[in-house]
Amino acid sequence: MAEMSVQLVAVERRLWSGTGTMVVAQTTEGEIGILPGHEPMLGQLTEGGVVRITTTDGDVVTAAVHGGFLSVTGDGVSVLAEGAELAHEIDVERARARIDAEDTDARARAAARLKAAGQSA
Amino acid sequence: MAAELRVLKQRVKSTQAIKKITRAMELIATSRIGKAQARVAASRPYTEEITKVLSSLATASTLSHPLLVAHENPTRAAVLVVTSDKGMCGGYNSSVIKAAEELQTRLRQEGKEPSLYVIGRTGAGYYRFRQREVVDSWIGFTQKPTYTDIVAAGDALVEGFLADTDADTESGAVAFDEVHVVYTEFKSMMTQQPIAKRVVPLEVEFAGEGENTVLPGYDFEPDPETLLDALLPKYIKTRLYAAVLEAAASELANRQRAMKAATDNASEMIRALTREANQARQAKITQEISEIVGGADALATAGSDE
Repeated sequence: MAEMSVQLVAVERRLWSGTGTMVVAQTTEGEIGILPGHEPMLGQLTEGGVVRITTTDGDVVTAAVHGGFLSVTGDGVSVLAEGAELAHEIDVERARARIDAEDTDARARAAARLKAAGQSA
Repeated sequence: MAAELRVLKQRVKSTQAIKKITRAMELIATSRIGKAQARVAASRPYTEEITKVLSSLATASTLSHPLLVAHENPTRAAVLVVTSDKGMCGGYNSSVIKAAEELQTRLRQEGKEPSLYVIGRTGAGYYRFRQREVVDSWIGFTQKPTYTDIVAAGDALVEGFLADTDADTESGAVAFDEVHVVYTEFKSMMTQQPIAKRVVPLEVEFAGEGENTVLPGYDFEPDPETLLDALLPKYIKTRLYAAVLEAAASELANRQRAMKAATDNASEMIRALTREANQARQAKITQEISEIVGGADALATAGSDE
């Protein structure tokens, strides 16, 4: 099966890197799915989005991504996030508490966290 | 005599206490350097990726963004000085501040009025004590900086650059034509050097060797101009973040060295003081003996007279 190298990096650390067969993300223009061999592309990610990476083993890596960029080149895909958390790192309780926050940004982040952690908002 | 001995013993004791403290600080700094270096390394993938993305954007669009264009007749410059929150780190702060002073003198010679921005408590204190105007300062994170900590600083600097310098005289807001950052570069455990860099207008450090790498034709979502608008401020903040991280590692390395020197000096001092105390003790014994002998002699002569 075709595969591509995938990098998920945040400003402070590299969250995940490896090979995958599909990446799904939300850009400011809409949701996009990327399969190996996708044409080179650069997109801006939405504040409070969820990125799903299907690895070559068939596992799904889910992360809440808060703003950043998606870059697709001939070699692979890189997700550049300003802030990002992998699904298992997300503090569900805290996100749930923040879901009604005043700030729209904070609300979007909390919603993304819940979605990435597989909880309904 | 007895008083001198007591004072010496007291000094030995207090020096030993100081030595324990400096030794502990040295060990703490040593253990934190590793973590600081790990953070520098951890931030590298992002920097590499964002530089790659910028390079590809540069080939696709004309790259005419306000942040990339030098202002004509620059008259003002912002200087961001990265110092530490805590002292006890040798010449770390003074050398950064010295480099900043040099840069300001140079800017003034070029006809640019510098306005100061400071990160770190010691730097802020330095300028406050000298009653120099500091536009803004950020404190409380220099040992363990996170990206969110420097976002405020980055935003202030980018905004100031984008603001119109000529209109600024009326509004009172600070605007400038250039942004410089002065921080300490972490070269190795032994050498750290203060360095002044211009961050805005940007000179994008391209990844790879110029034209050798053929970049693919990109598809943009949204259009390249909007992307550039969003990307450049982030790129600047990434550069600032990298600078602050390196400064943190340098601070710790400096502290470790300063505390090692302090510990060594304390050991040296304890040795000298102990020797002096022993001498005083022996002198005291000798004196007592000679007093006794002298007294006995005097008694003996007084007895033989009769």
